[in-house]
Amino acid sequence: MHDANTKNGLFTPGNIITAIILAVGAVITFIRFTQGIGAVTNLSDNNPWGIWIGFDLLCGVALAAGGYVTSASCYLFGMKRYHSAVRPAITTAFLGYFFVVVALHYDLGHPLRLPYPLVYSQGTTSLLFEVGLCVATYLTVLFVEWSPAALEWLGLRKIRNVVVKLTLMLTIFGVVLSTLHQSSLGALFLIAPGKLHPLWYSSFLPVFFFISSMVAGLSMVIFEGTLAHAGLHHKMDETHLKEAEGVVFGFGKAASFVLAGYFFIKTMDIAMDNDWAYLATGYGAWFLVEMFGFVALPSFLYALGVRERNMTLVRVASIFAVLGIVVNRFNVSLIAFNWNLPAADRYFPHWMEIGVSVFIVTLIITVYRFIATRMPVLYEHPEYKDAH
Amino acid sequence: MEIHTLHEFMLHTKNITYLLMGATLVGFVCYWLFLTGRDEKIRKY
Repeated sequence: MHDANTKNGLFTPGNIITAIILAVGAVITFIRFTQGIGAVTNLSDNNPWGIWIGFDLLCGVALAAGGYVTSASCYLFGMKRYHSAVRPAITTAFLGYFFVVVALHYDLGHPLRLPYPLVYSQGTTSLLFEVGLCVATYLTVLFVEWSPAALEWLGLRKIRNVVVKLTLMLTIFGVVLSTLHQSSLGALFLIAPGKLHPLWYSSFLPVFFFISSMVAGLSMVIFEGTLAHAGLHHKMDETHLKEAEGVVFGFGKAASFVLAGYFFIKTMDIAMDNDWAYLATGYGAWFLVEMFGFVALPSFLYALGVRERNMTLVRVASIFAVLGIVVNRFNVSLIAFNWNLPAADRYFPHWMEIGVSVFIVTLIITVYRFIATRMPVLYEHPEYKDAH
Repeated sequence: MEIHTLHEFMLHTKNITYLLMGATLVGFVCYWLFLTGRDEKIRKY
């Protein structure tokens, strides 16, 4: 009977799909690292950055912002009512950043040379150096912030107690490092004013990237909470379930206000650069879709959901907001990039590039599920109740 | 409007930006009131 249950548990549709994706991903990984980047991508000198940068890195880093947003609100601003959301958010952020680094290997192709910019050849005038330094440091900070969950699971009480004492310092580090590199990712595109469409190009790109990362973080906490409630409800303790509503409405309200601010500063930017005429073009129409469909609409839906105390509406808004971040990063790095080039020279990802991105996302979900079903992420460990 | 000099460009764009900024300041107060309109009042007295 037990064997039969285990067998049924292993061969579920979800597990089979996951196994297929992981197997295909492993084959593409082998091809990429044995036959070179040209064998699996449509990248060229005109388009050296594809979806591995546009999606895996830019979206990955933005959507992992839930870690610094949640820990800052709880530990720095004293909003202890969001405490139960901290561990899931830190776990997602840690996995997000870890797999951003994994995905970066596919682009760079020399895994053993990853530390070169830090220890061998520092390009201190390059924004990429700053991004690399920040991501490396922040990934370490996130690992330490996340480690109490693993240490409680492993029963290493003494080390766990030492690490928990570092929480406040780590949170401050996290906010400082996130402010730096989230904005620097936007600043990377400042070097290409002639390549990026004027509606998206702005000297305020670093500010836009940083502010939108806050929205991404807040929305991801709500979106991820929705998925966790659907799939891992049985792993949540009473405190987590009790605080969930407050997290959804509190973060929804903050996301609504930040989105409204983001909408207005983007409008200011159009006015300051006198880009109004571009709005009447095809790119303008797409820009308006982004601004109204993925910024103004989620902002309004969030506000309405919070006013009406409607959880479903807030959760729908979070989906639009998360999609909006993806759309914005795709626009800046791919769709509105090289907009002057003839259609034949434009970039469209190879199916194996998409395969690698799907592979990475599947790995994140698989590892998150592994962690959340074993470690005290969605519940408090019985031996450490209210001890952090 | 035809723009020939940097001064004309700045004048044009700043005019619009300042008008938008004024509208935004008012709009934000209204938006905040809409967002928090049904919150429970926290009495501090």
